[in-house]
Amino acid sequence: MGNRSVVPFGPQHPVLPEPIHLDLVLEDEKVVDAIPSIGFIHRGLEKLVDKKDFNEMVYVAERICGICSFGHGFGYCDAVEHIMNIEVPKRADYLRTIFFELSRMHSHILWLGLMADAFGFESLFMDSWRVREKILDMFEAATGGRVIFSIVKIGGMRRDVPNEMLRDFLKSLDDIERDLEVIIRTFLNDRAVKGRLCGVGVLTPEQVEELGCCGPYLRGSGVRRDTRKLGYAAYDDIEFDIVTSDDCDTYGRTYVRAMEVLQSISIIRQAIEKIPDGPVDTLVKGFPNGEYMTRIEQPRGEACFYVKASGKKFIDRLRVRTPTFANIPALTQTLRGCELADVPILVLAIDPCISCTER
Amino acid sequence: MKMSKSPWLLHYDASSCNGCDIEVLASTTPRYDVERFGVINTGNPKHADILVVTGGVNNQTKMVLKQLYSQMPDPKVVIAAGICACDGGIFKECYNVNGGIDTVIPVDIYVPGCAVRPEALIDGVVKAVKLLDEKREAMKNHASCEVHYGNASVKEVKK
Repeated sequence: MGNRSVVPFGPQHPVLPEPIHLDLVLEDEKVVDAIPSIGFIHRGLEKLVDKKDFNEMVYVAERICGICSFGHGFGYCDAVEHIMNIEVPKRADYLRTIFFELSRMHSHILWLGLMADAFGFESLFMDSWRVREKILDMFEAATGGRVIFSIVKIGGMRRDVPNEMLRDFLKSLDDIERDLEVIIRTFLNDRAVKGRLCGVGVLTPEQVEELGCCGPYLRGSGVRRDTRKLGYAAYDDIEFDIVTSDDCDTYGRTYVRAMEVLQSISIIRQAIEKIPDGPVDTLVKGFPNGEYMTRIEQPRGEACFYVKASGKKFIDRLRVRTPTFANIPALTQTLRGCELADVPILVLAIDPCISCTER
Repeated sequence: MKMSKSPWLLHYDASSCNGCDIEVLASTTPRYDVERFGVINTGNPKHADILVVTGGVNNQTKMVLKQLYSQMPDPKVVIAAGICACDGGIFKECYNVNGGIDTVIPVDIYVPGCAVRPEALIDGVVKAVKLLDEKREAMKNHASCEVHYGNASVKEVKK
């Protein structure tokens, strides 16, 4: 038995832009235990329902996380719309689907870049982020914002996206698909990359189910589960298959995310083809009264939004269950027994979004 | 022509929502590419000249931020990136947010925006470089120096 030592990881760390603290208990180079301590980004966001009315809370919900911002805004709006029995126009549903998938693409490409950075492949990181900028350009053209764009509101969308612009989107998507091919080929076939990903952080399908994982982490271990199949927004009318991988390791998770980017492109193409004309918002009258829980598939996994209201201007309670929270037990499980050099890769494998988790 | 030192950044996320963080990171990637000016995003406070802080500082990050600031060698410049770092932004009323990093450490440059745009951030860094030169000159000229910029102050340095 070697010497035991404790290496602190974070809260300020070159690999992760976000503060999370792990006490890594080491035995020589092996990690025996990892003790996470959290609370560095806790803002007390859910309590803001006392101070902002139910319309203003959309902005707050969007700022739960800056990466999957659109999804959070959408989830909150969806819950409130269900409480108030608001029928969202079809065009708005389609636009929401398009923006949702664009957000998923930008989040997954961002993750691929950060992963490349974690195993020291700087040029792949830069290349991924170069492609990601093209998606942000589309956001900027349609909404004016790059990462947080506040286009969703209760009752529909804040503004319409003209059909000509949607056709331009298709052209940009072709560009992006071409660029992505090179990046994904490197990720999935390069020997050096595979050397860092294959066999790292293995979790069997039974284990991921037991640990309660969600999203690409779950599908990377071969479990077919995707909340989009519930058919919210316009997902009912769109054909897509759930991407899974039987590798059960970090390579499998990378594969799932890479393929989901391509899948998102196909979903957006279908949505743009089928999008009907018409209004994008409806009039919202009165205040919400009741409770509802929405489940949506965020880039990182399943997120739940619970809203309770009692017919007043301010809602009573907003509760968010974010995907990273569900994946943290799996993280501590995979960290036990790994090499110290693999810690950044394993931490990134769950695509940690600490600001979602702690809110 | 005067040679100048490449300014190195240290980025710290003091309870921000990630929006500004990815924009800070995006400004180092090919579209904006601040690395062509010699600006490198370093992870070590002891190598850094400019501290870029995002987010409105909660009670737990307060000490971490203070520590990072004190570990950076003089001269140093602090940039508050994003509206949350400037004054708390949308989270100002939250019970756990102090509201602005100037409640914890002295700030030299405020770059507002939600999320902060890379162009604005680069503008802030360019201003920071100028300020850094001024502070360095001031340190050369005085055996012990105390330079004030707005409400920011550099602690006394004895040579």
